[in-house]
Amino acid sequence: MKTYGKHRFPGRLFVVEGIDGSGKSTQLALLQKWLESEGYGTFFSEWNSSALVRDVTRRGKKKRMLTPMTFSLIHATDFADRTEQHIVPPLKAGALVLADRYVYTAFARDAARGVNPGWVRNLYQFAVKPTIAFYFRISVDEAMKRIVGGRDAINYYEAGMDRNLSGDLEESFRLFQGAVIDEYDRMVQECGLVVIDASLSIEKQQRQVRAMVTKALTGAKKDRIRRWVDLNSMARASRP
Amino acid sequence: MGRFEFYGQGLPAVEPEDLKGKLVVVEGTDGVGRSTHISLLKEWLESAGHAVVDTGMTRSALAGKGLKAAKEGHTLGSTTMSLFYATDFADRLEHEMIPALRAGFIVLTDRYTYSLMARATVRGADPQWVKRVYEFALKPDLVIYLRTTVDELVTRVVQTAGFNYWESGMDLRLGEDMFDCFVQYQGRLLTVFETMAGEYDFQAVDTSATIQTVSDQVKQLVAPLLVRA
Repeated sequence: MKTYGKHRFPGRLFVVEGIDGSGKSTQLALLQKWLESEGYGTFFSEWNSSALVRDVTRRGKKKRMLTPMTFSLIHATDFADRTEQHIVPPLKAGALVLADRYVYTAFARDAARGVNPGWVRNLYQFAVKPTIAFYFRISVDEAMKRIVGGRDAINYYEAGMDRNLSGDLEESFRLFQGAVIDEYDRMVQECGLVVIDASLSIEKQQRQVRAMVTKALTGAKKDRIRRWVDLNSMARASRP
Repeated sequence: MGRFEFYGQGLPAVEPEDLKGKLVVVEGTDGVGRSTHISLLKEWLESAGHAVVDTGMTRSALAGKGLKAAKEGHTLGSTTMSLFYATDFADRLEHEMIPALRAGFIVLTDRYTYSLMARATVRGADPQWVKRVYEFALKPDLVIYLRTTVDELVTRVVQTAGFNYWESGMDLRLGEDMFDCFVQYQGRLLTVFETMAGEYDFQAVDTSATIQTVSDQVKQLVAPLLVRA
């Protein structure tokens, strides 16, 4: 079995991490636009997107059946499917894989839910180590302001309501995401996350991201691999 | 009391001291007769006045259906399958087994972590990784291992349901056809089970005898657990 380690595949793996409202998805979309315009083949993969597992997760969340342990395991299952189907094959083909959330999301959330951090790291040993993992750091207050739709857009598990931290959704979100941020901050050193100050302008953040990515592209395949792009758009179109 | 303990880190928010029931595992490979012996054992226990809850793989409310559906397709990778089973197991442990143990039931489970570890190991997973993944499991009071050989299995399978895709490990393609695959795959599983037998204190019962003889031996193994109940 492949264990978590530096890969020797010809492709590159760029990851964005951060809490909801940190702007990481916007940054990743801008990065993808740019890479494609430069002629690279890219492949986008996001958290919770495995066709095999998605329905189970959705139902578990909707019916609030998930405990910290099953929450952790079902997300690891989803991630394993993505790794086996959507991350390793494109990397082998020399594509640039762009991942919206990665193992660090699990490390942060599961630890904030009281699951043993060492156990969670072992669980994800099959993951490929990213070329660069960007962490978009933002305060909970700032993130709250940015979540479009305000209170109604806050999700039960994302607010850590299963932890009984507070009966109030916003207060619970603040407490739980605060704990998630503490876990991310701990991982900066441990996992070598590259911190981007998410309070800067979108343009400024994107310049920093592109500068880092440029350095990592030496020797990457530049012929745009049509096939991966098509698969990518197909995967997106099939998502309800 | 502290009669129960976890293999490793355990589950958040579960106190093993609160668990008053008994956890009995019936392990063994595909087609060895686990469900037959579980139903015989259950009947015997209930006649004697013990409340019994039985559970088994892919029966979880959370992941059972999803896992079955995933196995119908052709894209289920080995790591994904292992973790899907782990999710199913965790859901049953937390929502079926532990509540029943708290209430003083005898929990009979058709397979436990051992089958899952064996399947993952045979599919190339690092045994240490698998072992750590299942650290949150409770150590059972008793593991009854229904022992068999590949020859016996083949005879039994041919006479009953016939060879099936997953029980033949067809995803591994260890042979030319389903029969060859079955023999290779089950042979490997049995080897892993035998190495686990010592480590996890399996109580082995030879299944080549008649159903009645095997069932009597199974009951004899369970009987000592009932003394204090």
